[in-house]
Amino acid sequence: MQTFMPNRCPGRLIVVEGIDGSGKSTQISLLSQWLRLEGYAVTFSEWNSAPLVRETTHRGKKKAMFTPTTFSLIHATDFAHRMEGYILPLLQAGAVVCADRYAYTAFARDVVRGVDRAWVRNLYRFALEPSLAFYFKVPLEVALGRILGGRAALKYYEAGMDMELSRNIEESFRLFQGRILAEYESMIDEMGFHVIDATQSIEAQQREMRRVVGSAFGPGRPAGVLSTTTEVGVAGRHA
Amino acid sequence: MPDDTRRPALSYYRTPLPDVDYSEFQGKLIVIEGPDAVGRSTQVRALKLWLEEQGHAVLDAGMARSALAGKGIKDAKQGNTLGPRTMTLFYTTDFADCLENEIIPALRAGFVVLMDRYIFSIMARAIARGENRSWITGLAGFALVPHAVFYLRADVKDLVKRVVVGRGGFDFWESGLDFGFGPDMYHSFVRYQARLIRVFDQLAVPYGFNVIDASQSADQVLNELKRSISTIFETPADAPATPRKART
Repeated sequence: MQTFMPNRCPGRLIVVEGIDGSGKSTQISLLSQWLRLEGYAVTFSEWNSAPLVRETTHRGKKKAMFTPTTFSLIHATDFAHRMEGYILPLLQAGAVVCADRYAYTAFARDVVRGVDRAWVRNLYRFALEPSLAFYFKVPLEVALGRILGGRAALKYYEAGMDMELSRNIEESFRLFQGRILAEYESMIDEMGFHVIDATQSIEAQQREMRRVVGSAFGPGRPAGVLSTTTEVGVAGRHA
Repeated sequence: MPDDTRRPALSYYRTPLPDVDYSEFQGKLIVIEGPDAVGRSTQVRALKLWLEEQGHAVLDAGMARSALAGKGIKDAKQGNTLGPRTMTLFYTTDFADCLENEIIPALRAGFVVLMDRYIFSIMARAIARGENRSWITGLAGFALVPHAVFYLRADVKDLVKRVVVGRGGFDFWESGLDFGFGPDMYHSFVRYQARLIRVFDQLAVPYGFNVIDASQSADQVLNELKRSISTIFETPADAPATPRKART
């Protein structure tokens, strides 16, 4: 069964995935800046951002009301809203959409929580197939060092406290992230991730991303992809 | 449509819920389904009284009332800004919260759970809006198989009459105006409800609905429901319950 819907829109969807602390957000941010400078119309999409569903998500989190199934479903609801109301129309318009996390996050996290693997894959079948999906591969200890060193407080669900792996929130986070990491690793071939070695320097990772994107987009701008310079630039050059 | 439905009552259709022990359920799960304005709520109220008279503890539940998502759905419907697939998933979240936190504990405690609508309404609304059937069937696969699903069936002209006489006006969502099935509210209502009826009809056989003619008087419908529900309680406790065949 096909994982996602084929993207027949002119726009391109670039996705970064990986566990917390893998550095993916830094990288997609640098990549989107570069694409903007290259003249692409670039937009950004984050996991968990639709205001209408956010209130329910907050209520569920604050009162620890979620089960693995409702946690999975509320995030899919949010994702569907983002897909229908944001990502799809932008891709139809020809934008390059950079997504920090995508359905793969749910595949990893929900399965670790005990949700059926085939069920959650079916749940996200309406998502559009990314043009490129980067996976930031990092050893657990490296990612944990980056997160636990820098941040003040871990949150209940973020640390997987609902799974009762440990009463200590930091220990729970370690165990939870370890399981998510294993789930990501098992998806690499299934999902056709471009694996980036996230222990390299930020610059080296970014060079590799730009190389992969550059060769995927090919020389010149792909047909239909919206550019901030197209109208003016093309008309100017050919006039 | 896969034949998920030849499954024993109170098991799952396709996908088990995490951390649920299906062997410890004792109660009965009875579902009243059907399109808008067909008279479900009236029947649920009357059935609840009747079952309680007979000494059963009854939990009645329905859609968009869950502690988790009920309020969010109501707010979202005010603004009409969520797309059809988002609404389907929001309602499914609500359904799952109700299933895990109300229905399942009540069944463990031996209650009769009487549902005004079930996952089939979510499926029918989605399919009527053009949603992929295999997607929604898979999504719904965690629902519990009821002991009986009574489908109150009426034609669109009956529904129109009920709306006009009983409610005195048409409703935005019941008319499918979010999707726009027709050029105006009345025509959209007629086309949307006709589609819903067609989809319910299609779900009736694979999911073993017990079809009841809702164009009869409310008393006649109630008597028919009571007769069928009585047979559920006659089943010896240790015999596996089997899904009921559609009567059409």
